[in-house]
Amino acid sequence: MLSDRLKAKFDSVIARYPLKRSAIVPLLLFAQDEIGYVSDEAVEEIARRVGVNPIEVIEDIGYYSMLHRQPVGKFHLQVCTNISCMLRGGEKIFEHCAKELGIEHKQTTPDGLFSLEEVECLGACCGAPAMQVNYDFYENVTPEKLDALLADLRKKDQGSRIKD
Amino acid sequence: MAEPIKLSIDGKPVTVPPGTLLIEAAKQVGIEVPSFCYYPGLSLQGACRMCLVAIEKMPKLQTACTTVVTNGMVVHTDTPEVANTRKSMLEFLLTNHPLDCPVCDKGGECELQDAVFRYGAAETRFLEGKLHEEEKKFSNLVYYDRPRCILCFRCIRVCDEGMDVNAYGIGFRAAHSEIIPNRGEQLECEECGMCIDICPVGALTSGTYRYKTRPWEVTYTGTICNHCGDGCRTTLSVRNNVVIRANNRDHSGLNGEFLCVKGRFGWDFVNSERRLKSPLLRKNGKQEEASWEEALTFTVERLKTILAEHGPGAVAVIGSNRTTNEEDYLLQRFARTVLGTNDIDHHRTADFSSLVRALTEAGATDRYATIEDISAAKSLLLIGNDPTHQHPLIAYQIRQAVRQHGARLYIVNSREIKLRRQSSQYLQVKPQGEAEAVRALAGQAPAAQDLCAGGTGALTALADALKKESDTVILFGDEIQGQTVNDLVTCGLTLPGKTRFVALGDYANSRGAADMGLLPDTLPGYQPLSNEKARERMESAWAAKIPAAPGRNIRSIFEGIRAGEIKALLVFGANPVKTFGLDNAALTGLQLLFVAELFRTETAELANVVVPAASFAEKSGTVTNTCGEVQALKRTMRQAGTRSDLEILLALARLFGQRWTYQSPEDVLREIIALVPGYDIPLPSLLVGRAVPTHPEGRPPALERPDLVFSSRDSLFTSGTLSRYSWALNSVDEAKKPYGHAF
Repeated sequence: MLSDRLKAKFDSVIARYPLKRSAIVPLLLFAQDEIGYVSDEAVEEIARRVGVNPIEVIEDIGYYSMLHRQPVGKFHLQVCTNISCMLRGGEKIFEHCAKELGIEHKQTTPDGLFSLEEVECLGACCGAPAMQVNYDFYENVTPEKLDALLADLRKKDQGSRIKD
Repeated sequence: MAEPIKLSIDGKPVTVPPGTLLIEAAKQVGIEVPSFCYYPGLSLQGACRMCLVAIEKMPKLQTACTTVVTNGMVVHTDTPEVANTRKSMLEFLLTNHPLDCPVCDKGGECELQDAVFRYGAAETRFLEGKLHEEEKKFSNLVYYDRPRCILCFRCIRVCDEGMDVNAYGIGFRAAHSEIIPNRGEQLECEECGMCIDICPVGALTSGTYRYKTRPWEVTYTGTICNHCGDGCRTTLSVRNNVVIRANNRDHSGLNGEFLCVKGRFGWDFVNSERRLKSPLLRKNGKQEEASWEEALTFTVERLKTILAEHGPGAVAVIGSNRTTNEEDYLLQRFARTVLGTNDIDHHRTADFSSLVRALTEAGATDRYATIEDISAAKSLLLIGNDPTHQHPLIAYQIRQAVRQHGARLYIVNSREIKLRRQSSQYLQVKPQGEAEAVRALAGQAPAAQDLCAGGTGALTALADALKKESDTVILFGDEIQGQTVNDLVTCGLTLPGKTRFVALGDYANSRGAADMGLLPDTLPGYQPLSNEKARERMESAWAAKIPAAPGRNIRSIFEGIRAGEIKALLVFGANPVKTFGLDNAALTGLQLLFVAELFRTETAELANVVVPAASFAEKSGTVTNTCGEVQALKRTMRQAGTRSDLEILLALARLFGQRWTYQSPEDVLREIIALVPGYDIPLPSLLVGRAVPTHPEGRPPALERPDLVFSSRDSLFTSGTLSRYSWALNSVDEAKKPYGHAF
């Protein structure tokens, strides 16, 4: 069941657009924030509200890599390996993450705490190599900084978002 | 009419109507512009970039499939730039294409293969490995092979726009883009397979055809689908006497590229293991295999005995909704002149007789609508029936009319049928309220207040809207019968323009069965038996007497059997035990039950004699669709042991000492053309595969009772008894959905 708060949010977001279907992506992001991923129920509800077929909503989810159809970890680590980050050791950061957590691209640790994803440019080339944890950015990442970050995240087992 | 547009393509002058697309204009002067995503009748995509051409005064190459011609346009399709572009586009399309043409179903009839042959380069500059994905099974009938897909989006568009099913989407992006089905990994749809045929490459393949053969190894025969009453043309691909595939390869016939799940996959009953291959004769209470001679001689001897002891009133005949016109015509001749009985009827699925009588009495026998009239109509009134399930082609043509030229669709129905999505006005009436609505529209009787949910105001609004339309096509199901058909016709003819009518009957030759007089009171061509002149005309043609008194209708036949008055029943291609819900005791009083059938149906199980009949793929002849258009069946194959109903009837007549001189179905057809009113059709048109409209004219007697005309309400996945023997139709999960489910 989608919460009343989310449904109210849907109403207010849809009202902002002259064309209802333009609201699909923001609605998906809000739904994902609350549920943790985009559930079938959320797809149906969004499709119904903006007046499109559910398959069109699913198309949008597939297009945007930041939208998930399956639950991800509490902390979703997104490591950039695009060109600037690659030149500054992004791939090493990704491999380090994978080794430390024992998971691969698009996998989640068994305790559900971490998930890992190799992503395209995060728009943070000036601080390459960069990574994103949920909505927060970390720049000039080194393996040592990463270890500290992971330890820090493990400590924060309260709350759904980290706020540094 | 607006001024035509004049332009030049490769130096050739072209004149076309305004609004024409450049790619179509080029076709008219024989210039091929290659394309993948473009498909006539679907929305424009501009995705594949294969149709780029040079237009003078335009800075870059333009897509011919989205460019509308303008006056004075000068187009070049043969410049080195265009040739190089085509080469490059194909090189791009092949970067991840597996080139598994030697095993691909589409090899030999693939648009990409053909384009590479004509316009492609011999080598590629891509050295990287190809992206590979395993093929996916979308359903038992549709498979998807991602690497072969060139993302033309034809499948998505035909599903959205043609079928109104919307089962496909495009998932992910860039090089990883792929076609995705609507239910996770699975399709939930009408399973029509339009996406398979429309796919320019081998990305979407058919569950029943894939990896079976090479397309050049089969023989193709164009014939007519044997399921619903719409009469779609279908090409059967046959190899080693086995049907492997059906599609409408050349887009000929009244259905163009359209086929539904039954037309495309539901033919497999032809090759079913359960087909009867030998006559069965009941000996000591058990049906045992017998020779044809034994079975037919037994039948005729038993018939002769019964006729001698009890007279012709003790023999009745039930005909089929699927056998050919020639067979139906001969069957009623056999019944009336050889057996001497008019106790002949069939399962009537629409009241064609009342429509013919009403139009004849109104002097309007030019008002039978054809399938083409439906797709070209500006205004359509659909009363009862659910064409999406019962008449998939007609539903498709209605959607085409609405989508392609903004036709208005008015619906009167007691159920929420899917076509209401296309309707301008949808009048939902109470259950069985269709006839009452028609009588109210016709001003025959006021409508009850509870007829439709919104009160009778909606009915008035509908009547007002129809008065503003012209050339309306009125389609009606079995809900409208008897006098109500007359009311509907009378009222319809007062509407502006040329109103046309279609009665929607269930099966491939439901209309033909009525036209050919498989009726107790009507001779072929809707001539009443009571009409002495009509009777004498047939009597002199057949050199035999026809009993003048009307016979028993099908319900009275069953009552006659129960009462012990009827001792022998001959059934050709019908399963009355199931259709009419007869109990086991209903037919036990018979001394002879003869059944000609493809399968051992509930009726055949009770018979003394069962003979294996040929299916539609194994015989020639003609069938008449629900609109009254006659089309030719063409024999595609043989099934050892079977005989067509025509051959069976000729053999029975011979054993009765008759000297019928018919050598072939065509001889019977010539007689039909000469003798049956409304069937004076040009034979050559028929033989070249055209659908030839008929205009029957006659005053058959009024419908005797209301329970004679009823539709089987088949779904997309059922077709009377026949569909039970189709693997494909029963293999899809959608077939298990409740009737009327809209996908």
